[in-house]
Amino acid sequence: MTEIFGVPTQALFGQLLIGLINGSFYALLSLGLAVIFGLLNIINFTHGAQYMMGAFVAFLLTSKAGLGYWWALAIVPPVVGFTGVIIERLMLSKLYKLDHLYGLLLTFGLALIIQGLFRNEYGTSGLPYPMPAELSGGRNLGFMFLPNYRAWVIVASIGICIATWFVIERTKLGSYLRAATENPALVQAFGINVPRMITLTYGFGVALAALAGVMAAPIYQVSPQMGADLIIVVFAVVVIGGMGSIMGSILTGFGLGVIEGLTKVFYPEASNTVIFVIMAIVLMIKPAGLFGTQK
Amino acid sequence: MKLKQTLIAAAIAAIAGTANAQVSDGVIKIGVMNDMSSLYSDIAGPGSVVAARMAIEDFDAAKKGMKVEVLFADHQNKPDVGSQIANQWYDVDKVDAIFDVPTSSVALAINEITKKKGKAFLVSGAATSDLTGKACSPNTIHWTYDTWMLANGTGSAIVKTGGDSWFFLTADYAFGHALERDTEAVVLKGGGKVLGKVRHPLNAQDFSSFLLQAQASKAKIVGLANAGGDTTNAIKQAAEFGIVKGGQSLAGMLVFITDIHGLGLDKAQGLIFTETFYWDLNAQTRAWTKRFAAANGGKYPSMVQAGVYSAVTHYLKAVEAAKTDDGTKVIAQMKAMPTDDPLFGKGSIRKDGRKLHPAYLVEVKKPAESKGPYDYYKIRTTIPADQAFRPEKDGGCSL
Repeated sequence: MTEIFGVPTQALFGQLLIGLINGSFYALLSLGLAVIFGLLNIINFTHGAQYMMGAFVAFLLTSKAGLGYWWALAIVPPVVGFTGVIIERLMLSKLYKLDHLYGLLLTFGLALIIQGLFRNEYGTSGLPYPMPAELSGGRNLGFMFLPNYRAWVIVASIGICIATWFVIERTKLGSYLRAATENPALVQAFGINVPRMITLTYGFGVALAALAGVMAAPIYQVSPQMGADLIIVVFAVVVIGGMGSIMGSILTGFGLGVIEGLTKVFYPEASNTVIFVIMAIVLMIKPAGLFGTQK
Repeated sequence: MKLKQTLIAAAIAAIAGTANAQVSDGVIKIGVMNDMSSLYSDIAGPGSVVAARMAIEDFDAAKKGMKVEVLFADHQNKPDVGSQIANQWYDVDKVDAIFDVPTSSVALAINEITKKKGKAFLVSGAATSDLTGKACSPNTIHWTYDTWMLANGTGSAIVKTGGDSWFFLTADYAFGHALERDTEAVVLKGGGKVLGKVRHPLNAQDFSSFLLQAQASKAKIVGLANAGGDTTNAIKQAAEFGIVKGGQSLAGMLVFITDIHGLGLDKAQGLIFTETFYWDLNAQTRAWTKRFAAANGGKYPSMVQAGVYSAVTHYLKAVEAAKTDDGTKVIAQMKAMPTDDPLFGKGSIRKDGRKLHPAYLVEVKKPAESKGPYDYYKIRTTIPADQAFRPEKDGGCSL
């Protein structure tokens, strides 16, 4: 069997695929962050908590209402997205004229409060969430055993990422959104309700986080801190991709998932730092990120 | 996250500091330090504080004219944060003894600080057997369990039943390394072999990459030398990747009842591991657990929390007997007296600081066998106190 640096190529294919799957979570989450930052100029530190809320609402739907995974996929994003709308209307909308730092502090504080509330109620051991019956099991690809659910995650997230990119970059609605970020007063003069559009954009970004949360629930334990660790990595992804760049965050999400996956094979001890090393290097060479443009 | 926890710890320390400023030094101050907000907080966390308070209540300290106060803080699983709190507690807040401290790296740091300052350190949460081995101290007692005991209890049972080739998933810090080392020794001694190991960061979330490596190794047993959320996530994802269906078995080297509760019996059934406390051992443990759960939001105690109760009880007895709260003297007194409490029964403390009591090899019940929440274990074997822990001569303790 051929080997690369002492690792059989077959095993390497498996690890690449795994990296791609983890990357799809990074991509989904960083996509929401990029949309919110690009259009609202808010660094949404609540994103991890909203991802966690997505998983918890899915858990509650199953345990209290008996509604399974597919229902959760449909119900959870709008529900959690609506909480985002409330946050935007009541709090964030007051901060747009101020420095980024205020938005960051507010959303960071909210994240701590939300996580604290869930921790108080549910503890930290995590809660079980069943795998949907249609997607349990897996298939042998020859070089690895691929669980059906992971295959679904990768397909679904690529689909969502492309759809979001298309809406923002290629449709009329998207062009309004982008125009509103550049010059809200002018867009408003054309009779478009810019504040409402911004509110809905935040709600959409939050809904994306919640959707990622539902997709994560069957794989990871549903626990209050599940988003807290992830969010730091996702921020690094957004920074590397270039703040606000939609395509940048998608591609970087998948790419870094793969790099992290390979690190887990060659030097697992560094697997949780490799992304930050890359971030430091990218910032030194291209301060605006790989796909970002200097304003 | 980190900022918040530091602030909380600082706030707790500050509040405790001001509140105690006017109190004389005749107070016995107990500090419970553990993970209050992250992956080990269900195992120890606020539940350990509840256990400490129950011990003080049951000891009837007030009636005996002893004033006992409890402080608590979150060490965030970081040795530097833990050391800082310990120094503050000992120097400023006049804490006499620190209890619990899960996360071996933090416990080893506080072990040194306590020795230097001549205070008392009673470890329930941390696992590394080095605390009674090369890092042993006249000011430390290791109470509930340790990595040698886990390796010996679980590892040898598995090797004996044919699990002779292992692959380790190890948490990459002092605890994981110690657990892996002690288990590897047991496996090799039993004639087995270790085919590979991978060290993952603490709180890793995704284990698929590591599980794939374990699968490729073709080892019969995948040994999980980790704890808390890392163990549950690994077990959950191992099911997803068909590890068990493919003929490999999982060995959770350190599993707590809270982990089983979080996983659910359908995923956890059949797991074998070692514990030193189970709520359903006898009438006394059941009665105590009922009171504990009432005070702890309905959550049942882990062996770590039970250990805190037992340690505080014996500590107070020793303070009463020695008529001092000087750390070194109280620890010596604790070693001189036999231990006795409703949770661990009669026991003793060895010269090297090892508390001795029986250990239980348990198997997780099938969903059909369980009568309800927390009815999870079948006791397979009881390992007597004199065999459960590492013999004193093998530890390399200089005491």
